[in-house]
Amino acid sequence: MKHRINDCANWFLDRFELRDFWNDHMAQYYAPKNFNFWYFFGSLALLVLVNQFITGILLTMNYKPDAELAFDSVEYIMRDVSWGWLVRYMHSTGASAFFIIIYLHMFRGIMYGSYKRPRELVWIFGMLIFFCLMAEAFMGYLLPWGQMSYWGAHVIISLFSAIPVIGDDLSLWIRGDYVVADATLNRFFAFHVIAVPLVMLLLVFLHIAALHQVGSNNPDGIEIKQNKDINGITRDGIPFHPYYTVKDIVGVAVFMIFFATVIFYMPEMGGYFLEHANFIPADPLKTPEHIAPVWYFTPFYAILRAVPDKFAGVIAMGGAIVVLFLLPWLDRCEVKSIRYRGGIYKKALLLFVISFLALGYLGTQPVTPAATIAARIFTIIYFGFFLLMPIYTRWEKTKTVPGRVTPQPSLEERIPAIIETIDEVTVKQPLQTPGGMTILPRKPNPSGICNVSLRFVKKLKDSLD
Amino acid sequence: MNNAGVDKSKRQFLTTALTVVGAVGAGYLAVPFLAQMQPSTKAEASGAPVEIDISKMEQGQLIRVAWRGKPVWVLKRTPEVLATLQTLDDKLRDPLSQESEQPTYTQNPYRAIKPEIFVAVGLCTHLGCSPTFRPEVAPPDLGPDWKGGFFCPCHGSWFDLAGRVYRGVPAPTNLVIPPYRYVTETTLIIGEEETEAAA
Repeated sequence: MKHRINDCANWFLDRFELRDFWNDHMAQYYAPKNFNFWYFFGSLALLVLVNQFITGILLTMNYKPDAELAFDSVEYIMRDVSWGWLVRYMHSTGASAFFIIIYLHMFRGIMYGSYKRPRELVWIFGMLIFFCLMAEAFMGYLLPWGQMSYWGAHVIISLFSAIPVIGDDLSLWIRGDYVVADATLNRFFAFHVIAVPLVMLLLVFLHIAALHQVGSNNPDGIEIKQNKDINGITRDGIPFHPYYTVKDIVGVAVFMIFFATVIFYMPEMGGYFLEHANFIPADPLKTPEHIAPVWYFTPFYAILRAVPDKFAGVIAMGGAIVVLFLLPWLDRCEVKSIRYRGGIYKKALLLFVISFLALGYLGTQPVTPAATIAARIFTIIYFGFFLLMPIYTRWEKTKTVPGRVTPQPSLEERIPAIIETIDEVTVKQPLQTPGGMTILPRKPNPSGICNVSLRFVKKLKDSLD
Repeated sequence: MNNAGVDKSKRQFLTTALTVVGAVGAGYLAVPFLAQMQPSTKAEASGAPVEIDISKMEQGQLIRVAWRGKPVWVLKRTPEVLATLQTLDDKLRDPLSQESEQPTYTQNPYRAIKPEIFVAVGLCTHLGCSPTFRPEVAPPDLGPDWKGGFFCPCHGSWFDLAGRVYRGVPAPTNLVIPPYRYVTETTLIIGEEETEAAA
């Protein structure tokens, strides 16, 4: 019997070289051995993509892309379809999880210079995936046909009408009607479930193929391929399988804990993952009092609102995404990783992160004069980070980059330091229990906490230089 | 393959010719593919005119009707409102409605056929939200400069009660006025042009 199975396997492998594929991309794909926490998000993004595909296919089995039926069919899925609520919450929470993971994944790339030569194409393909993801999320959000779906789509399609000359005809062509209507819903369904996912799948393939051609970057920003042993294997690399597949399983397990917590206990996430106004059916005659996009679009939405001119606002919003594509050519610093880059870049990146988060918050809030001014300041910082980059990255005083990757301290090695810190911020007070036993409960120690925080702030300040 | 002595220019010509013909063919095929996303004949036909009875409207009342799927407002303005409108010109971007979209018979300071009855498409010219009707003067959330008008909650655009846009807000032009005419003194038709006899 075993012989037979072997024969079958050999018959297959003679015709299709699965072994080479497996070796090239898994068992003999050498990844740097110093990957840290930030390197979980690539494989997690793949996991969420699979989640969206499976739950999405299940949802199409009961969803009706018709302006008359769509809202009710979603409620039908939620109430009457067996486990429909779970599938829908997995899909809606998956969308937000996808953006959290992708934003962290992109931040990793910016932090460790993963967009730099020779990985520019990896970055470009990744940005195209991000762009598709935004299109996918935007069109998917119309499908429940609630008030936010309707007016959100209305506003975003109207963005195209700001383009001179062709704008009005273009937005009419996108909608297929004079307002967002049944035709729009039906075509968005087609784009959301087949066109964009196909393009995304192709781009994910290209992203990974481009990555495996040049090899992964790492927290030290060193090209590990430049240091090989006599067998031609990198000294600082370890095979992706089994080392990183096993490491990623840990990441998957931790992610699943958070993911399940949201799905089961807070699927609407206080109106951030599923907005309250979207539980009211679409009404073309009445805009909700406060309209805001889902959280993952709010930084770009805040930029749009900050500009007091229609066309310029649309250009600024589009530009905020386009500048990200240009990152490999804007950054003139030779050193990749933030560990060895100059203080000026670290401070610029910190300002950028603050302004991105602040814009994201402002985008969820109603318009007030103070909020508009704040949004304008943060918009300037956002663009300043990118557009001034060719200048300030030239002034950088970089540190020496080591020849080999620096080892990652393991959790076991960190435990003594953690215990020491806990001892410093607490005092033990012996207590006599009624049973006559002595226990040592810990009480917070103000001076210890003060010392530890001061040390932390000082360390943070030093690390910015 | 031995290519010595072969006249490659003929091959090159055939390759180029085939590429051009193929590109033209693909271009022709693209037309129906793209054009099928245009509004269908049914969608184009559904823009039927809407008739409104305004005889029961009270002073300062706003009614909303749907025309071509869009909200259309009909507002009965008080004499005080009409007086206020004349004082706002220097705060407006386009007080004379020269860059805005409206039928020629409503291109006047009140943007209406009859000053007291204001008709407009209730969609912000910025990104198409429907502004809220805020007739009160100087409410706490909008500040002392607010003289009554339409406020777009999406991106904070200001319009006066003639649908004219203020300066320094995202909306570029005044609210759009649809074609309309009076059938009788108290009946409006939205979606039909004013005839010369009625004017």
